[in-house]
Amino acid sequence: MSTEKEPLFSPKNLKLLSEPLGQSNPITVQVLGICSALAVTVKLKPSIVLALSVVVVMAVSNVAISLMRKMVPPRIRIIVQLVVIATMVILVDQVLKAYAYDVSKQLSVFVGLIITNCIIMGRLEAFALGNKPWPAFLDGLGNAAGYGFILILVAFFRELFGSGTLLDIQVIPQAFYDAGYVNNGMMILPPMALVVVGIIIWVQRSRRKDLIED
Amino acid sequence: MRSFSNTYIFVFSLIMVTIVAVLLSFVATQLKPLQEMNVQIEKKQDVLRSVGKAEDAAEAEDKNTYINEEFAKYITESYVVDFDGNMLEEEDAFNVMLELTAEIRKPREDRRYPVFIYSENGGPKKYVVPVRGKGLWGPIWGYVALKEDLNTISGAVFDHKGETPGLGSDINTDWFQEPFTGKTIFNEAGEFVSVEVVKGGADPSNIHQVDAIAGGTITSKALEEMIIDCMTGYVAHFKELANN
Repeated sequence: MSTEKEPLFSPKNLKLLSEPLGQSNPITVQVLGICSALAVTVKLKPSIVLALSVVVVMAVSNVAISLMRKMVPPRIRIIVQLVVIATMVILVDQVLKAYAYDVSKQLSVFVGLIITNCIIMGRLEAFALGNKPWPAFLDGLGNAAGYGFILILVAFFRELFGSGTLLDIQVIPQAFYDAGYVNNGMMILPPMALVVVGIIIWVQRSRRKDLIED
Repeated sequence: MRSFSNTYIFVFSLIMVTIVAVLLSFVATQLKPLQEMNVQIEKKQDVLRSVGKAEDAAEAEDKNTYINEEFAKYITESYVVDFDGNMLEEEDAFNVMLELTAEIRKPREDRRYPVFIYSENGGPKKYVVPVRGKGLWGPIWGYVALKEDLNTISGAVFDHKGETPGLGSDINTDWFQEPFTGKTIFNEAGEFVSVEVVKGGADPSNIHQVDAIAGGTITSKALEEMIIDCMTGYVAHFKELANN
């Protein structure tokens, strides 16, 4: 291991932040965390809050595990990871209930389900356990942002076509409805979220051929 | 890889869970008053909405104070009755409303029934009663406001925990709730008939019917059932009031 001090935002570190947004996106490339991506993306607002919650949980858990990496006995490391994630999620849930009650009602069980979000545990196991806190923090931030970005993108299309609104503000003018336009009820249901995710994956892979598997 | 002794693993786990337990219980205790207040504010706001007040709560600078003030201003009286219409003097209507989930599990005859009376500047009274029941996926609840004749609905709000988005979840939208206004819950003979939620469109001339939600039949029927279940207990009390 090199003892030379690496700059905080070295190209290698920045890559930790940027890669999960594109070529190693947790949802579109690794296909993790699909469950919540389908469930909460009916409206933009809950998606944004869930994305932020995941960012917090992921960044903090990654750092916590990274700090403990030399103390954690490998035989119980999965349990330790779960405890750290669960603690963070409960904290986030409690804070939302106290300070953002309306949103926490909309998200209902999905905040709790962050615990089972495969992305978080995956990053703890694959990255935080073997790296220093700073890169672990960036990795957590990057992956959560990559997840959140897709969540918000899907929610954007679903709310626009499903309800004609964005952040609950009417954007499709009344004139359209008078002319016979109807909101697409399918968009509100989870299957269409899967189709939207599918389209995003399709667009991404047709632009980046190296992501296509045989 | 470094190997760890069993003792180390046990000690490590013990310390870890202790830290986590202390942290979580501390935060939960600290935030509890805020969380409980949120629940109470929400209920007060729903009661106010059923009588057409506090619609602009979202724009209020300090929502909690605003709701508390409006509630104190417009809800002039509240009390609890039992199935036979007797006043339960020692009960607080708001507390009973918070415990409604437990109340609706009891047989109708044993429940406590809270009533909130709205009046603006000594004007005509409106009677608000909370209703609660089971939807398709989870609990549904609402608040029904009756005019002074204790028969005509002057407003109703409903909400749900997790009905199907875009279908059953529409019970909390205006287009579903507004048709309840003006419907009556007693027929000409003075029998309690409640409001029927009709699949395939209600007869506009029928004053006991509203439209169900297309694709949300189970939620619609559950809502109809909820109103019957919760309002039956008020019939004795309402009749007594109407006779005086």
